[in-house]
Parts: sequence; C-alpha cells; structure tokens
Amino acid sequence: MTRITADAAIIGGGLIGVWTAFFLARRGQRVVLLEKGVVGAQSSGVNFGNLRLQGRFPGQYPLSLRSHDIWERLPELIGADCEFDAKGHLYCAYDAAERDKLDHYAEESEASGLVIERLGPNELRRRYPWLSSKVIAATFSARDATANPRLVTPAAARAAMGLGAMIIENCRATEVTKSSGAFRVRTETGVEIDCGHVVNAAGAWAVAIAEQFGEAAPVFAAGPPQFVTEPFPYMIHPSIQTIDGSVIARQTPRGNVILAGYPRTASDPIRNRAPVPPAKTLAAMSSLAEAIPVLRSCAVIRVWSGIEGYLPDMLPVIGPSETTPGLLHAFGCCGHGFQIGPGIGLCLSEIIIDGTTPTPLAPFSISRFRGDVSVNDKFLREFDAPNG
Amino acid sequence: MAEVVIVGGGPAGVRAAATLHAKGLRPILIDESPRVGGQGYRAPAADLPLDMARIMESQHAKHQALHADFSAIRDGIDYRPQTLVWAIQDRILHLSGAGGASTQRFDALIVATGAMDRVMPMPGWTLPGVFTLGAAQVALKDQGCFIGRRTLFCGSSPLLALAATQYLEMEAEVAAVCDTTPFVEKLLAAPLLANAPGTVLRGLGYLRRLSRAGVPVMHGVDLIAIEGEGRVEALVLRDSRGAEKRIACDAVALGYGLKPETQLADLAGVEFAYDSDFRSWIPKMDADGRAGEALYLAGDGATIGGADAAEASGQLAAQAVLFDLGLSGPSDPGLRRRVARLRRFQKGLARAFAWPAARVHKLPDDVTLCRCEAVSVGEIRRAMDQTLGPVEANRVKAITRCGMGRCQGRVCGPTLQELAAGRLRGQAPIKPVALSIASVGSAEPPA
Repeated sequence: MTRITADAAIIGGGLIGVWTAFFLARRGQRVVLLEKGVVGAQSSGVNFGNLRLQGRFPGQYPLSLRSHDIWERLPELIGADCEFDAKGHLYCAYDAAERDKLDHYAEESEASGLVIERLGPNELRRRYPWLSSKVIAATFSARDATANPRLVTPAAARAAMGLGAMIIENCRATEVTKSSGAFRVRTETGVEIDCGHVVNAAGAWAVAIAEQFGEAAPVFAAGPPQFVTEPFPYMIHPSIQTIDGSVIARQTPRGNVILAGYPRTASDPIRNRAPVPPAKTLAAMSSLAEAIPVLRSCAVIRVWSGIEGYLPDMLPVIGPSETTPGLLHAFGCCGHGFQIGPGIGLCLSEIIIDGTTPTPLAPFSISRFRGDVSVNDKFLREFDAPNG
Repeated sequence: MAEVVIVGGGPAGVRAAATLHAKGLRPILIDESPRVGGQGYRAPAADLPLDMARIMESQHAKHQALHADFSAIRDGIDYRPQTLVWAIQDRILHLSGAGGASTQRFDALIVATGAMDRVMPMPGWTLPGVFTLGAAQVALKDQGCFIGRRTLFCGSSPLLALAATQYLEMEAEVAAVCDTTPFVEKLLAAPLLANAPGTVLRGLGYLRRLSRAGVPVMHGVDLIAIEGEGRVEALVLRDSRGAEKRIACDAVALGYGLKPETQLADLAGVEFAYDSDFRSWIPKMDADGRAGEALYLAGDGATIGGADAAEASGQLAAQAVLFDLGLSGPSDPGLRRRVARLRRFQKGLARAFAWPAARVHKLPDDVTLCRCEAVSVGEIRRAMDQTLGPVEANRVKAITRCGMGRCQGRVCGPTLQELAAGRLRGQAPIKPVALSIASVGSAEPPA
C-alpha cells in the first residue's frame, strides 16, 4: 500500500479533472489525480470538439466566457494548441419559428457580451454557397471555436504534471471517507490518499461517489451519434448547427467532416460501450445531406458515440457538496462540457484555495435535486421519446 | 421459413448457400462483388475474353465447379450482388446497395467475409506501382491486366510463387521473387505442412517453373527499400549472404500472407483470441463455426485456411445452422476433420512464411505506417514515448490518427498491433457508405 498526503485529490482524469489539477498545481497545491483508465478517454476525448458560445444557457455565460479565455491561451498555458481553431459558429434556421428562436438566443448571447451577426438568405448564399437554400436565416458568432478533444486532456494533464501534479492512471477510486476534517481516498490498486479536499469529477461514474456522502443526482449515461466522412478539399470553415439539433457539423482543415446530432443514444457505463444504432447514423447522414447538399456523395468512414453524463434539466453539477465541507462536485455536463471544462477547473481551484470563486455557480448546485426535478425542453428534444 | 443470411460470395459463402438450398431453404446470399467467387475464385466480366484455365491452372477445375454449382442454385436462393453490409444491430443487418439503404433481419447469420492481404510497410511502399500481392492477382483475374511491365514479387508468402507463376503464364515479365523467410525455416514447418502434401508439391512446382524461366528466386532476403522518382523503379534488398542488390522493376507486389476480414464478426459481437502462429487476432468459434447466438463463421474470414478449407467450412457452418434450426442431424464429422486438417496446414504455412514482426521495430521513423491519414512510424513512436503516452492500440489510434482513415486500419492494423498492445476494435461502417444512401430507397428504421 502507498499512502500519499496531498492538499487535494481529484477523482476522474477527464477535461475537468485535469484542468482542476492544472490550476491547483499552478498555485502550489499538492494534487493527486486518480483516473480509472487513461486520461481523456471518455466523453472528454470522444466528443465533437465544439467550443460553442452562442445559444448557451444564459446563466452559464460568466463561466463559459472565462473558459473561453483559457481556450484562447492554450499554447501559453499548456504548450500545445490542440488544433484550437476560432472558426466561428453558424446557427441555422429552416423556418420562421426557428428563426424566432435564433433571434431569442442571439439577444441572450448579446446581453452577455457576445457579438452575433444575423444573416438572411442572400448573405448566406454569398458567404456559404455550399449551404442548403432551405436555410432561411442564421446567426454567426465569430469567437466560437473548435479543438481536437483527443489531444486536449492528455496535453493539459502533462502540463499539470509539469507543475508538480501527480497523475495516476489505471487506478480506480473505490471509497472516499472523511473523519476529523480530512478525507481518505482508497483505490483498487492500494494507493491511499489523505487530503483536505476531494474533487468528484468522475463523469458518468460520479454519482457513486456523491452517494457515499448522502447526495444524489439523477445522472444517466448517453452520447450523441457521431460520424466522420472521408476528407475532401477544405471549404466549410465555420461549424454548422441547425437549431433543431439534427446537424452539428464541422470540417477539419485536414478535410474530414465530423458530425454529431440528436437524438442522442443510450450508452453503457458498466460495459464501457456506446454503440450507435445504425438507424440514427442514417438519420444523421440524411440531415447532413439536407443541410449541405454537396456532401451527398461523400462517404462516412467511421461512426462512434461516447459515455456522457446527462441530467434532466440539461445543466451540469458544479460546486461544493451540500453535506460535506471540502468535497466538490463537477460532473453531468449534458453534452456541453467541453467548452466549459477548463473554466470549471479554474473555478474549483479558486473555491479550494480562496474559499470562493468570482464566477456564479449557483444554478449548478447539486442541491437542486433535493426537490422536484425540472425537465428542460432541450431534454425532451435531444432524446428519443420514451415510446419512440 | 427460417431466414438464413450468408454474407460473402466466395467459396465458403457459395458452399454454405448450396448446402442450405439442398435442404429446401432459400438463403439470402449478400456479396459486395458483382459476381461470386470471392477473391481467389474470381470470375472475369462476361465481356472479357480471359483464359481462366491458363490463369487458374491446377485450381481451374475447382474454380469451374464452384461457378457451375452456383449457377445451378442461383434461382433457388435470394442472391444480392453489389450489396454491402455496413452495420449490424441485434438480428438486423444494415445494407447499402443500388437502391440505397435497407435492412435485413436474420434467424441465422453465416459470416463468410474472406481475407485480405496483410501489409508490412517498408521504405517506398507508398510509391505508385506498389500493390499488394492480392491486388496483383485481382488485376489479372478481374480485369485481365498486369500491375506493371516488369513486376517484382516480394514479402513472405507461399502465394508469391503462385502469383508470379500466374503472371509468367500470361507472358508478363517477372523481375524476381524475393522471400524474406529463409528456406530452412520453411523446412522446419514441414510436420504441419504434411497436412496437405498436394499443396506443398504444387508450391514446389511453381518454384521450379520460375527458375526454369530464369526468374531469380531468393529466400531469406532483407527488403531495404522500394526506390523511384514518382513511381517504382527498383527494389533494394540484402540477399541471404548479406550482399546489397538493386533489382530494376516498375511494379512491386507485396505479400505477407492474409488476414481475416473480421469487421462484421467484430460488430456482431464475437470474441477474439490472439493466435501466436498467425500473430493476429482470430475470432473464437467452435469446430463447426458457431461464434455466438445465431452467428456462424466460415472461410478465411473466420481463420486463414485457404480455398479448400473455405468450401468445406462453408458447408460445415451451413450444417451447423441446419442442426441448430432443427432441420437436420449433426454436422458431418469427416467434414469437420477435413476443415481442421486444412486449417492446421495453414498454421504450418503461417509458421513457414512468418509475418516478420521483428522488422516493424527496425522500420525507419520516416516510413509511412497509416497511408489514409499519413501517419509515420516515428510519429507513433513519439506519441507512445511521451509522458502519459498511449500504450494500447485503440488509444494510439485515437491520439495519432493511425487507422482512422478510409481503410479503418485494415492496412496499417497488423503493424500497429506490433507496436501497441491489444486489438484494434472495429467500428461501423464496415466499409465507407455515401451520405446519399440514407435519403434514397426505403431506409426503414428497424422496429
């Protein structure tokens, strides 16, 4: 058995965990991160790579914009750009009702300081001749970006190690206990950590840890059906999203088009598998060909999904435990955690070191699940109807 | 009537179909090709006047018999050529064909998806003019043409001599046959090879004919590089005595034996076990080909056994289906023994003509490993060597892009699996499918 004493133990080597480790280590904290597999292998590593700003939950903008500052400084912070690409995000509407919804999102985004361009049919044809003429309106946010999810988490983890964080892979945390003001984290490999703070960033597997401290959140595992096409000349520069969620697509400068779409699909965190029903792939293929007709003859070469934690109100859990001082939760990012991941890490490091963070996190408290759970309309839209 | 679906129209698939047809079933035979025969027993297009007797030689009778027997059952089965199975979910196959996307339910599925060449990268292997050995034979049998004017056959495979002889028979110029396996190692595998003495004799016959025609045949060579400005001009090698040689040629056929095409079996959920003779991951199955619930494997797609084993294992898998459906008695034990013996022979061949795994570790850093994504051996080594670097094959793929391209690791996979631990998992689609298949035809989502 190895016993390690640290200021903080982080459970989960996803994007949130490694950025928390990074910011804690940067301020001289002794940090141990435990990852049951390898860092960045789950939803942090297999997501679409979207750093979308427009159309977010309004109460999340302070966090989201702080996080974007970090994304824009990746080389300076972690020594790698991880294919960060400020390509902009085009949000598309097919009809008047969707256009009204776009306008509403745009106003909310602008109120939070984003610059949103509203584009009509003529401007769309001129700027994006490959876009379907069925798209009658779109909003464009130039600061929105994408990055390569497979690269970011390992790169941030290496940077955290460079600052003194200890990162232990293939080491599952099995039990967390607290007595006389200190935590003890036990693992299946025999490593034990005594520490003053524990960060529960175990993604789709986080509830088991919360439950050890009498807390619960109705997390379930799912993932978006995703695919990638063969490469062709680079022409689709912004990422594209139809507001109905049927298409979230981007072309990499290498030439491949990557797609994620709704409805999402169930995944299995026990067997660690996220199979995509072929019918969902076909539906997504059809939607992409409708939005960008020139892609009709392009071939899909690989299909995948991921194991992401979702909550019925489509908001993550971020912040201190309600029952146990020193314990912090950050999980259940409902498919939009990539953009906010680094910012969450920064906020958690502030809570641990300074006792507070300037970023409002109240909407994300785990306490909201003590009463009736509200179900977001996004939730109904992004998942299959129960009998569907 | 029970819906039995066979995927693959090679010798295994055709024999399975014939066995089921003989028992009064009407199986569905799905094949990617426009004509049955698979890779080895491929038939040329009807308007191509190709002398198959001359190309197939001693195998011509079997080739003819397979095609004749298929013609006899064709109207009694549901034959679907030029149709790709691109995904599977539970007991439903997802197909892509001329009419777009469709689905096919099954009560029993026989996967007879055949094999493809196993490729070992080397300096210059991505130059135009370099083909796999299989592609060199396909060019001949399917299109009636050679891969070059002066072709060199190299690698580690008994099929090198066979293909070179086929080229010679059709009056092509053969620059040389260069085998990386020392002759003595082939002799050491003799006990296993005794399982099919006829095939051994045939192999020796090819070698004799090549030397009689003045074609240099070398054993135990070390392949150094394929050279050329913009296309193949020569192969550089070190012979068994250590002397460096440069052999002029304008096409190279690279052959390191075959690997089963297991993507469909993989997506259907079969388990795999590592086979140290083949140095590859082979689906687990029983002696008759049962590999899961309602799932049967036959032919080279199950494990490399050659054409005779494919025919016999196709029959055997069909007998297992019939037995499991309660339509006939147990499988023929004689057939089972024959398949086992033929497969033991192929294991012997795999030992004799070994996949030169150690060479992977000597590849220079600048050699391309993954052609689709242009990933070099050096990039993979650097990714694996870094802090928190990946060690497992699927992680190496995720981090480096090796195996992420159009071929989905079919070509680079065996080499990547020498550098990294574990088995590359298959992902749908089994082969690329155009977006347009989703919006034409009747893509009924399964209930």
